[in-house]
Amino acid sequence: MEFRTPIKQARGLGASHHGAAHWWVQRLTAIGMVPLMLWLVTGIAANAGGGYLDTITWLGSPLNAVLMVLVFGVLFYHAALGLQVVLEDYVSHKGVRLALVIAVRFLAIALATAAILAVVRIAFFADLRTAFGG
Amino acid sequence: MSTDSRPLSPHLQVYRLPFTALTSISHRISGVLLSAGSLVLVYWVVAAAAGEQAYGTAAGILGSLPVQLLMFAWTFVLFYHLCNGIRHLVWDAGYGFELETAKRSGQMAIGGAAVLTLIAWLIAIF
Repeated sequence: MEFRTPIKQARGLGASHHGAAHWWVQRLTAIGMVPLMLWLVTGIAANAGGGYLDTITWLGSPLNAVLMVLVFGVLFYHAALGLQVVLEDYVSHKGVRLALVIAVRFLAIALATAAILAVVRIAFFADLRTAFGG
Repeated sequence: MSTDSRPLSPHLQVYRLPFTALTSISHRISGVLLSAGSLVLVYWVVAAAAGEQAYGTAAGILGSLPVQLLMFAWTFVLFYHLCNGIRHLVWDAGYGFELETAKRSGQMAIGGAAVLTLIAWLIAIF
């Protein structure tokens, strides 16, 4: 005799309102990246060939530092989601696929953290240099 | 149950991909390449934070001719992914699925990427 109702069987099996989350965030980050990448390429192109001081002055200015932190956050989020889909489509071995998806996500977070910390360091350093006239 | 009258998906080894399919797989490939390219961006910023000496080493590597050529290609790949990504967003909104429109928008994505690449490098050089 089966006492469980059909809904009990279905619970936890389906996406139930969360199915589009991956798709949706991929689009959100894509939309955000359009102005960010246009700014980044223009900024790097305009400052290309500059020396150390030019570069940290540019990276360390308040607006550029904020945009740069956004670039790394959004870029690595978008990249991790995209690479995950590629892995899910082409890696047929379940264990290898899971390991790679986890590795990509961890690597993306680690790289974003390293890059963002670097930008923050430059921003504070540029600030201190101005304050102490060094 | 008879299965032999069912439609088959394209046999990739013998099927010549139409233009729209090429732009589709290029979008994926360019995304993977850009993910790899982001390592260079991280290296550049981390080197700048590490100090003048580390930045000098990085600038030497990034400024060398082979890397500059790679960066030129990378710029095109970035702008292709950006333009074709906008094409995908338009599809997501439900527009542009007609074959002729899809072909035209694909050509526009490639053309747009070429123009943006040239503009970026003109800014870089002058």
